[in-house]
Amino acid sequence: MTDQAISSMRREPAILRLIKGAALIRESWVGMVGLGIIVFWAVVALLADVIAPFPPNATGAPMTLPGGPALDGSGTHWLGTDQLGRDILSRIIHGSRQVLLYAPLATLCAYAVGIPMGLAAGYRRGLTDDVLSFIANVILSFPVLVLYIIIIATIGASGINIIIAVTFASAPGIMRIVRGLVLDLRNREYVFAAETRGESAWRIMLVEILPNARGPLIVDGCLRLGYVIITIGTLGFLGLGLPPPDPDWGKMITEARAFIQFMPHMAIFPCIAISSLVLGFNLLADGLREVSLRD
Amino acid sequence: MENGSNTYDGPVLECRDLCISYFTRAGEIPAVIDFNMTLHQGESIGLVGESGCGKSTVAMAIMQYLGKNGAIVGGQVLYKGRDLSTLSPEELRQLRGNEISMVYQEPMASLNPSMTLGRQLMEVPLCHENISEKEAYERARQILADVKLPDPERVMAAYPHQISGGQQQRVVIAMALLSNPSLLLLDEPTTALDVTVEAGIVELIGEIAGRFNTSMVYISHNLGLILATCNRVNVMYSGVVVEHGSVSEVFDHMRHPYTKGLFGCIPLPGADKTARPLVPIRGQLPLPHQRPQGCYFGPRCDFFQAGTCDQEGLHMTEVPNEPGHSVRCRRWQQIDWDSYNPEGVGASEMEAGEVVLSIDNMKKYYEVTDNSIAAMVKGNRVRHVKANESISFDARACETVAIVGESGCGKSTFAKVLMGLETATEGKVVFNGKDISQEEVQNRSPEQIGSMQMVFQNPFDTLNPSHTVGSQLARVIRKFGVHTDKDKVEARVMELLDLVKLPREFARRRPRQLSGGQKQRVGIARAFAGNPSTVVADEPVSALDVSVQAAVTGLLMDIQKTYRTTLLFISHDLSLVRYLADRVVVMYLGNIVEQGTTDEVFTPPYHPYTEALLSAVPIADTSIEKKRIILEGNLPSVTNPPTGCPFNTRCPRKIGDVCETQAPPVYEPSPGHQIACHLSVETFQEMQPVIVQPDEPASPAAE
Repeated sequence: MTDQAISSMRREPAILRLIKGAALIRESWVGMVGLGIIVFWAVVALLADVIAPFPPNATGAPMTLPGGPALDGSGTHWLGTDQLGRDILSRIIHGSRQVLLYAPLATLCAYAVGIPMGLAAGYRRGLTDDVLSFIANVILSFPVLVLYIIIIATIGASGINIIIAVTFASAPGIMRIVRGLVLDLRNREYVFAAETRGESAWRIMLVEILPNARGPLIVDGCLRLGYVIITIGTLGFLGLGLPPPDPDWGKMITEARAFIQFMPHMAIFPCIAISSLVLGFNLLADGLREVSLRD
Repeated sequence: MENGSNTYDGPVLECRDLCISYFTRAGEIPAVIDFNMTLHQGESIGLVGESGCGKSTVAMAIMQYLGKNGAIVGGQVLYKGRDLSTLSPEELRQLRGNEISMVYQEPMASLNPSMTLGRQLMEVPLCHENISEKEAYERARQILADVKLPDPERVMAAYPHQISGGQQQRVVIAMALLSNPSLLLLDEPTTALDVTVEAGIVELIGEIAGRFNTSMVYISHNLGLILATCNRVNVMYSGVVVEHGSVSEVFDHMRHPYTKGLFGCIPLPGADKTARPLVPIRGQLPLPHQRPQGCYFGPRCDFFQAGTCDQEGLHMTEVPNEPGHSVRCRRWQQIDWDSYNPEGVGASEMEAGEVVLSIDNMKKYYEVTDNSIAAMVKGNRVRHVKANESISFDARACETVAIVGESGCGKSTFAKVLMGLETATEGKVVFNGKDISQEEVQNRSPEQIGSMQMVFQNPFDTLNPSHTVGSQLARVIRKFGVHTDKDKVEARVMELLDLVKLPREFARRRPRQLSGGQKQRVGIARAFAGNPSTVVADEPVSALDVSVQAAVTGLLMDIQKTYRTTLLFISHDLSLVRYLADRVVVMYLGNIVEQGTTDEVFTPPYHPYTEALLSAVPIADTSIEKKRIILEGNLPSVTNPPTGCPFNTRCPRKIGDVCETQAPPVYEPSPGHQIACHLSVETFQEMQPVIVQPDEPASPAAE
């Protein structure tokens, strides 16, 4: 709805309405906790250069325990250092940038592919549906991890390729959700009314149907963001994530694995970082669902 | 129970000054205020009112089922003298389903789809009484026979989806009666059913009180059904009872202006769109937190008097000489109904013009491919569903043609072919001189599309909830090429809102901020955006409250007159059809069984199906006498229609084999009046009218 002819009949701009709608989350404390965690990590990522006590790749004394002093006396390693003497806190702070950049991007791309597929399958039915659903079923029948390994091993490890891999693996699931929603919405009388005035199929799908599916999709998007963060962590853990030496939460855990018995802090703190962010998105999704089901 | 049902002889149910509130984000919302009711053994009381008046809340309070956010905040519900709110959950569980039963609107939602009906029925006695499986089976079988289900053994073994909607509702009623309850609550039990099926259920409900000595509370929005089933009636408005009395007192000598208004809104046989039009109640039901001070009906009442009606402390007052008849109005004694002559919303007589739409022998078959192995082996994989069979009729400019029929009669398919969403299998549909039967909507020109538009049934579904009213209307205007310039489009949107009598600022609103009637008005505005010559209205008012119904039909007729539009009015409501249609087409199972002018169709001779339909329609007029014709059996499946006459499986006037073997000939008692039936001319001539009005057709509103 980017129609200017009717803009004067609108009450308020779309952005404002979005903010107002989002403000409803205040009524769910679960959602507020989730939002708080996400905002915390977003601020950390934005201000990484300012708040990180050390440069992420600077080396000091290896395997300092949490709270130990820096070699040159320039500060404290609050969360200790890793096997190369890099400050874990600083690496986590800088690593949040990678996660918060690639996870939303990858999720958005997955939706950009999955939504049109789901719309087409659900609205057109018939052969389109059969073909798209078949493709989706084939992709979904692969174990996800194997799928990632195959994709990344084939096209190489980089930020863009992570996005491609996540899109490829998530789009079929999104397609199924959208298809289910469309199957219900396509029988509404306003869709019938649009058909009887000869609207094009894509206009009906995008303007008449899609906006009414937004509620469940936003909730699913939050949950899916959490999964994607886990995925990026897993890829890093498997050595298929971002190339070194940039800090990456998943990779930090892999590197710490060899020392986990006597230096557990090296693995524990990146793990806490990942799970807190995932928890944040899951709680937000719960809160959104709770608010949307009310009144 | 302490009070055995044999020894207790007081009222079965008593509600004393009952006040019920819901607690929501917005605070406490009083749903029912100061509700009093006394129900004796074997008596049935109707609760009637429009949506949101609190009638279902009363039923829920009696069942003590108000949910998390609802509570009784004042007064008592006494069942056989015991205050229900003092009972423990265990005692309540014993009472519900055993002594108090409830029947809901949707039969399918009341039955468990994964259990056989027999199992579900047997559960009731097995749960409440200590009896054997065999005994329970016998009881269940017997009760199915009592609610007149044919072949109870087969029904016992069936799953809910294997029987029809009417039979499902009979099973639900049987289940409610199984424990021989003292009190039966029926919440709109026939609203989801077709009118001929409804007639059977209503007859059954009418018999229950006598046979089982059960007391009933019957909740409905339909005054005609209340007349058919109840002894006494409570008329509710916005959470309060405004009038209470015996059915004949309230129907013939109503005292409250709201009751009067309700009767003025419903198309009784005496109403006429030119001579005696319907009178809608102005305004709309106040939201519970916006109720006015004093009388809640005040702002909509023609007799409102500042200083009297807006004072607090309004109570029910007894009408002298009519014990049991009470009314909640301060001015009822001062109102002179004889000189009260409100202005109705009707239409003046109009001359029908040239033929705009001519349908000639139109057929629409759907192909269904059967992918089962059995069908592949037999080689008959493709079957035809005959949704429309040989439809022929004309519609003229400025004329209202009603298409009448129950669900599954093919009227929706017919509308789809007209609108170009489907193409006809055979025959012609000539619209404005051009055959459009094979033109899909994508191939039609914007003018062509704009000149035939549709008004839809469900007000909650007809507008897209994501877009503003203004943007939806603007889209239609641009799509039909009426205007493209944005100022002109906006001006036209305003014009359309004026046309349907909605305030202009509604353009900025979203559908959820509108009431059902207002949404339907926007739906009408949308249909008239492209200056159509024909509008197809598919049950446009059936989902609306009666007071709103009258206003919306009035509006529709008014616009029709202004633009000289042809209106194809698809409906199952024969009262409404009689009121506004010029000509009527009666459809059954894809076939036209009768057509003619409204007078011809509503007076003898009738097609037997028309006769049954007419008899089934509940009429809220105590003076009217109706012949009772209850159709047996179910609507046959369209994939496997009966041979010969489509109605032969249910026809009460079936004459023999000829009905099953030969397609019926068309009998034409007068030019244009066509009846497709095998009955002899003599039988037709001997037919008596179904609805007999007294000589002086006095509207019940005028005493």
